[in-house]
Amino acid sequence: MKRSKVSFLEKSYVGLIFFLLYAPILILIGCSFNASKSRVVWGGFTLDWYITLFQNEEVISAVKTSLLLTFSAALLATLIGTLACIGITVMKKKSQQGILTVTNIPMLNADIVTGIAIMLLFTRFWNLGFFSMLAAHVTLGVPYVILNVLPKLNQTSRIIYDAAMDLGASPVYAFIKVVLPDIMPGIFSGFLLAFTISLDDFVITYFTKGAGMNTISTMIYQQARRGINPEMYALSTILFLVILMVLWIVNRITASKPQESRD
Amino acid sequence: MKKTLIDLIDITKSFDGACVLDELNLSIRENEFLTLLGPSGCGKTTTLRILGGFVTPDQGQVIFDGQDITNVPPNKRNLNTVFQKYALFPHMTVEENIAFGMKISGKSDAYIKDKIQYALKLVNLEGFEKRKPTLLSGGQQQRIAIARAIVNEPKVLLLDEPLGALDLKLRQDMQYELIRLKNELGITFVYVTHDQEEALTMSDTVVVMNQGYIQQMGTPEQIYNEPENAFVADFIGDSNIIDATMIQDELVEILGVKFPCVDKGFGCNTPVDVVIRPEDLILAAPGEGRMDGTVTHVIFKGVHYEMEVLANGFEWLIQSTRSYPVGTKVSLNVDPYNIQIMNKPASEDEKAVAIDE
Repeated sequence: MKRSKVSFLEKSYVGLIFFLLYAPILILIGCSFNASKSRVVWGGFTLDWYITLFQNEEVISAVKTSLLLTFSAALLATLIGTLACIGITVMKKKSQQGILTVTNIPMLNADIVTGIAIMLLFTRFWNLGFFSMLAAHVTLGVPYVILNVLPKLNQTSRIIYDAAMDLGASPVYAFIKVVLPDIMPGIFSGFLLAFTISLDDFVITYFTKGAGMNTISTMIYQQARRGINPEMYALSTILFLVILMVLWIVNRITASKPQESRD
Repeated sequence: MKKTLIDLIDITKSFDGACVLDELNLSIRENEFLTLLGPSGCGKTTTLRILGGFVTPDQGQVIFDGQDITNVPPNKRNLNTVFQKYALFPHMTVEENIAFGMKISGKSDAYIKDKIQYALKLVNLEGFEKRKPTLLSGGQQQRIAIARAIVNEPKVLLLDEPLGALDLKLRQDMQYELIRLKNELGITFVYVTHDQEEALTMSDTVVVMNQGYIQQMGTPEQIYNEPENAFVADFIGDSNIIDATMIQDELVEILGVKFPCVDKGFGCNTPVDVVIRPEDLILAAPGEGRMDGTVTHVIFKGVHYEMEVLANGFEWLIQSTRSYPVGTKVSLNVDPYNIQIMNKPASEDEKAVAIDE
């Protein structure tokens, strides 16, 4: 059958693309379970690297820093981004476009430029440390939050806000009771995206971190320079799986649209 | 005469330099069904939003029950709105939607429960308490929106084209529902629509608006039978609007033919506009009427036939239960009291408006 031939070609093409995309990561995951320290010889299956990983002080400290940094940065970015969206929706069309261009800069700008710029700012006026890293990560996350929340704050939010006011609600009560639940999926996916962006960032973190401080990514980089340790394969595998999971959740949230009314 | 409940005084409003309302004055009486009728952009929705408190007028005052509420926010006004797109809260059940206003005003749980039952019964949706609004049909959503508004016992219910999104049959059913509701509740309804049939069917008073001005205000009968200008005549139903000359009292010359009429006080040889409704033109055999012509189009419309007759250089629109084939010679006649005489528009602006529509 001609049809099935075409379908077979289509499927193998897509299969090939996915294989090329994920082969490096599959090799990394494979290496993290390899008992041999060599990258080319299979020495049998082991979980040793995962076990020693969590006994390594340096690793644990980096994971702690990373989680604290990522979590607080995503939280702050979500707060700032959501407030920004509310402001943007009440602006006139022209100012809206201007503001959106500006808020997209941290997303489109080369990370290294953002990183060096923030580093310069902090070394000149303050000093590098956890706070400078946090500020940089918030900057990085805000555009993603805006990108996720703004489409949710559409005409409907405006109308139901008016309706709540009409029924006697104060502006704050109307926002919390009616608008917030309506845009919550957007806020949540914005938070998760800001979280992943922050978790896997290396360039900006590298330039803005204080001396002796490491996040997961900067620590892996340092280790790799010394000669890579299989523990890092294990850590990279965990990092990959965490981010994959978060992205899957984000997709689930954005894909599930509320049911249309049946007219 | 019932007591005046709302007074809009000299209301002026512009958006981005475009004047939407210009010194509008309007009184709304207690227990009245008042409809603001006009084409889109005529300022009717803005007027309603000013009443609701969502728009602050640039100038003028809103007096409600003797008090100036011009700058009172929507949540402090004793009126409720039924919005064009229902505006139900999507994440709440029907019950929670209806309870929203009452919870804010601090009513007891028992009271709220009773009121929900009462309201759902009133809009014929008993048993819908636990449903989500997104799963209801347009007509059901609209009735929930009405229930949500009336449980707060407002003195005035504002309705912003509430039937606009519904299909014809449902719209007609809802019109009867609204009339019934208004009679049962005994409160004032202010209704906004661009649908003239809706306005004529339901209202005690119709306010025809265009370009920020009130064109005419009156009972549905007055608006339909005695339009004050060409815009109103044209907007409300089908009509033949013709240039004519008022020869003297009770005699008008239309397209070179003199017709007796019942209007007085326009002076002698004054140019006027004449409105004749299509159903008021009487067709007869040639020579029997006042003006001879030829049938040019016939369309079957269900309750009647709609015909166009070319007579004295004018295409007359005629509705009749009897049809005449295209090409038939006929004559036209009209009873004197069915000729409505109107003053010519005072300004070019008003004239342009009439032609646009």
